[in-house]
This record gives sequence, C-alpha cells and structure tokens, in this order.
Amino acid sequence: MLARLLRWESVLLVLCVAVFAAGSFSDGFGETSNISFLLLDYSEVALLAFALLPIVLTGEIDLSVASTLGFCSALTGKLWDGGMSFETIVPIVLVAGIVLGSVNATLIIRFGLPSLAVTIGTLGLYRGLAYVLLGDGAVTGFPENYRPLATDSIGGDSFLPYATILVLVVGALVAVLVHMTTIGRSLYAIGLGAQTARFSGIRVNRIKFSLYLLSGALAAIASLVYTLRYNSARADNANGMELVAVAAVLLGGVSIFGGRGTVLGVAMALLAMAGLRNVLFLDDVSNEIQNVITGLLLILSVLVPVVFKPRRTKDVPLEPSVVDTERRPGADAGGRLRRDHQGV
Amino acid sequence: MAGCGGTTKGSDAASGDGGSATGRQADPNAKVKEGLKIAFLPKEIDNPYEVLVDKGGVDAVKELKGDGKEVGPSDASASSQVSYINTLIQQKQDAIVIAANDPNAVAPALKDAMSKGIAVVTYDSDAATDARQIFVNQADSEEIGRSQVKLVAEQIGGSGKIAILSATPNATNQNTWIKYMQDELKKPEYANIQLAKIAYGDDDDQKSFQEAQGLLQSIPDLKGIIAPTTVGISAAARYLSTSPYKGKVKLTGLGTPNQMREFVKDGTVTEFALWNPVELGYLAGYAAASLASGQISGKEGEKFKAGKLGDYTIGKNGEIILGPPTTFNKDNIDDFDF
Repeated sequence: MLARLLRWESVLLVLCVAVFAAGSFSDGFGETSNISFLLLDYSEVALLAFALLPIVLTGEIDLSVASTLGFCSALTGKLWDGGMSFETIVPIVLVAGIVLGSVNATLIIRFGLPSLAVTIGTLGLYRGLAYVLLGDGAVTGFPENYRPLATDSIGGDSFLPYATILVLVVGALVAVLVHMTTIGRSLYAIGLGAQTARFSGIRVNRIKFSLYLLSGALAAIASLVYTLRYNSARADNANGMELVAVAAVLLGGVSIFGGRGTVLGVAMALLAMAGLRNVLFLDDVSNEIQNVITGLLLILSVLVPVVFKPRRTKDVPLEPSVVDTERRPGADAGGRLRRDHQGV
Repeated sequence: MAGCGGTTKGSDAASGDGGSATGRQADPNAKVKEGLKIAFLPKEIDNPYEVLVDKGGVDAVKELKGDGKEVGPSDASASSQVSYINTLIQQKQDAIVIAANDPNAVAPALKDAMSKGIAVVTYDSDAATDARQIFVNQADSEEIGRSQVKLVAEQIGGSGKIAILSATPNATNQNTWIKYMQDELKKPEYANIQLAKIAYGDDDDQKSFQEAQGLLQSIPDLKGIIAPTTVGISAAARYLSTSPYKGKVKLTGLGTPNQMREFVKDGTVTEFALWNPVELGYLAGYAAASLASGQISGKEGEKFKAGKLGDYTIGKNGEIILGPPTTFNKDNIDDFDF
C-alpha cells in the first residue's frame, strides 16, 4: 500500500515538474507576482479540498462545500451591509458554516441517508438560501485593514501570499489529523469497511459527524478569504467550485470509495492543477480547452489505478477477502452504505 | 454614476475621476506607438454582442500596427474575469479593454494593472470609476433607457402592461438603463403603461427563453416586452415566433440585425435598436492605444483621433460616448450585416 501510494505521488510529482517546466516557456510564468497569483487563485479550492479529503477517506462525499462558501459569503455581506463590525462577523460566519455542516451530518448520519444525495440537495439548498439572504445584489467595501490578508504576499512582493500560508497551516493540521492520530487511522478503516470498523470499536458515526462540522468550518474560512480577495460578497460566489475541489481530491489519488489517499497527494494535485491553469491562461488557451484538459486528467487519475490494479497489502486490520469484495471499483457501494447504517 | 449599479455599498465607485488614478501626464502631441499589445476581455467569451465589439477593437489595433487579441471566461460570474486580468498583467499587455461583470470585484486587479503602467479602458459595462481611465459608452445611458420606452409605447398604442427581460441582475449597464426606463414611465404620456415585472435571463439563451415564457404565462394581459440585451431579445423572439402571442405581444429592445432579421421579417418584431458594436470596439481600441501611447490620460476635455470615426473628446468621469443608437425595422434591416 505504502509503496503504491508513493508511486502515485511520484506520478503527481512528475506532473507538477512537467507543468512548471512547460510554464518556464511562457513569458512571465516564473515571476514572483505570477507565482503568488497562481497560489492565491487556488487558495479557496485548496481549503475546500482539505475539507473534502477526510470525508472521502471514509467513503462519503460533501458536494455542498462551495454552496456553503456561497452562503457564508452572502451572510458576510448581509451583516457587513447591516453595519456590523468585521470582527463580529467572522465568528458568526464560522458558526454558520458549522451549522450548515451539522445539517448535512444529521441527515447523513442520524437518518442514514446517502451522502451523495443529501449533499446534492444541500448544494442547491444552501445556494438558494444565499440568494434569499442577499438577493441578486453585491456588497463591497470590506475593511482595508483585513483585505491585504487575502490579497497580498508576505513582505509585500514575495511569491508567498498570506492566504497560502493559511492553506498550508490547514493542510498541515489535516495531515496531522489524518496521518498521525488514531482518528486518522479510523478514517481509513471506516473507508475500507464501516461495519468491520464498528466491530473493532471505532465510533464510526461520531467521527463522520465531526468531519462534516469540520467541512462546514473550512468552507466558512474559505468564504472569508474569497469575499475579502474579491472585495465582493455575492450569492453566486464560488459557484461550481465543489467540482474543482473534488477533482483535486481524486487527482490526488484519494479513492472515491474511501480508504485510500494522502494529504500530500491532494496538495500536489492542487499545485499541479493551479500551475496547469496558470500556464494555459498565459498561453491564451481558451476556457473550453482548459476544461477538456482538466477533465482528461481527472479521468486518467481514476483510470490508471484501475488499469494497473495493484496488489493490495494490508495497512489496516481487515480480512483481505472482505476488502477485495467491497473495494473493487464498481462494487455495490450502495449496499455497503445500507449495511453501514443498520446499526444507527 | 453607472459604476454603482451592482452594489449596495459602492464607496469605491463613487469617488474620483478615472484619469487621475495613474497620475500620468498626457502629451497631446505624442504619436500612437506601433506594436502595442492590447487585450479585449468580454464578460464572457461566447457573448455574441461582445465578440463583435472585440472584433472591431482588434481591427482598430491592427490598423495601428499593434497586436490585439480577445480572451475571456466562459461564464459571466463576478470573479472569473480577475484571473484573466492578472494573466494580462503578467503578459505585460500595454492596454486592457474590459466589459466588467462586477464593477467592484474586478477593481483591485484593474488598479494593480494601472499601477504597473497598463492602460485600462472599459466598454459596455463599466468598472468602478477609479479602476479604469476611460469608459467608452455605446450611447448615452439616459437616451437608451428613455428611447426603449418610446419604442415600446408606440408599438403597444400607449397603454397596457409591459415587462423588462434583462441580463444579469448585477450588470451595470442594464441597471442604469432600467433606472431611466422607470423614470421615463413616470411621465404623464405613459400614465396608462404599467411596468409589471423585471425578469432576468442572465444572458443565457435557455434561461432567457424560459423567463420570456414565464412572463407571458404569469401576466395574461401583457402587451409588450423590452429586452435590452442581445441574448434576451433573440431568445424572447424565438419563443414568441412559435407561440400564440406572436404579433400580439410586442417585443423590442437591443439586438443585432443578423440575429433578429428573421423575426422582423416574419412579423414577430416590429422595431428594435442598437448602436454599431463593431464601431464601439473600434473606438475602444483607439482610446486604449492613445492612452497606452501617452497621448491622453483619461482627463475630461482631452481629445484624440479614432481613425475613420473621427475626433472624440473625453467627457466627465472619463466617459466617451460613441453616438446615438440606430433603429432597425423591416425597411432598413437588410442594410446592416452584424
């Protein structure tokens, strides 16, 4: 397992190197202002991807992340327009994100509904609520003393934006959670088989519930970055961004069926995608072609592990036979979910 | 000021005149440089109207022996243009000509461009006033708004319910025109006309089609629709032409002759208006080149030559007005090809 993960990350490393090497042929790519913009442009996507990663590891999904961002952005605008201070707005928005996450969690865990269906529902619902809050208007004029945190780089003109530091800190915290704690090990165990995990004493529901709260909180943080960066709070902010975040998670080598993936992989996928987007922009490649290229990369990332079906070695205490029947691509995931929730 | 249209807190947009933003001095005797790199950034790359404008712009740049191009996002969301602006800064373009999706979301990036010596011109939909040097206005906003009401009033015989089918609710130009339409409707001669609804088709063909359908179904005694957007008017015309309302409910607004030709000929639409978008882009291209060459700086009263269109003078708030719109009907529509 470890060897194979390293192999996938080597593929990503090659991809990153290739993207940045290709970039060096484009005028202006290597300049600090461009690198800082390249990183900045993906900061919200990265935060959403780190929110998604632990959830996908358990075999679930949260497609409402970008809508949660949109709702929190609209809420920020509404409160700011109402004259509230930005210092008061930040905690309120964080709580709002967590509340939206808890709605997802309640429907998925308490009522045992499939996360795909629930979060497709809340994707529409939260976006709709954002429009209810702010209508079609836009709020601007956010405080000049906070905006640089979302737009500027350290020291004024270095390649590293403050927002990227936030992303790195969040990434590091998620890495510690996923790779260095018992909870992290539990995530993989749940992804490989929730029933078995439950029998081994893992509190499956409690862990899953917390992950959706975390996801809501990270989406709220991402909304603050987004709102300040564009200095514009609108209900349609980050529309469709959930798909970019899911793409980064999958390209990062995380199995959509759960149980496999690393933070490093996702981080490298984010870097590769951000770099690729930037290079294509600089070379005046049209948006349609950009989407084609990103789409192909994504298909490759899920196809390659299937074609080169590697032998599974144990890294969690599970019967290999159980794993094999449950983890085969295309296996009855719904069946797994149903069994999963019988004990609720 | 038009720049405030999409905002509820538009302090950015309200202050200062565009020209003073860069503090550069203009030299009226400076020659327009050759080899200027000028990029045109529409709201979205598939907007047929703005593609025409940009074509005129690229032609103007070619005339001036420069290097013009059109780039842009495939969705008209507020933030998607920002990535393009940053890329154009990186490519060290000499000028950016943009139709802003959101006057404030693009402002920081445009200010960044100006601080790096890039000339910024807006057209069609303005950005915050201090985030650009010149706004090339297709026609006086007030004149457009009021003339639309006159057109529809003539066609419906001066009384009845009308509706507006707009683009996105944040589009600066749309909101300014609608404001003047509402103002015009307050006049006594329009006392019998009632504006029943403003619908938004988001400049998306399918959405506009559905909104047009929705208007006719929800307001049974609707007499006329004003669609001041090329996407909206053609979608609405397509719906009307196959519906029982054809010829009974009057449709007017802003559209291109090529798009509307069949609907004028089959009687769905009597008369609509538009300025020549190719000329608008052409003027914006010349304005951008003159700015980038230091001939003008965007201050009120400065003059420059716009090729075959002749001389233009910059007005208040860095605005240049192309000229009055043309009205198209079955008698003259075949004289135009755009």
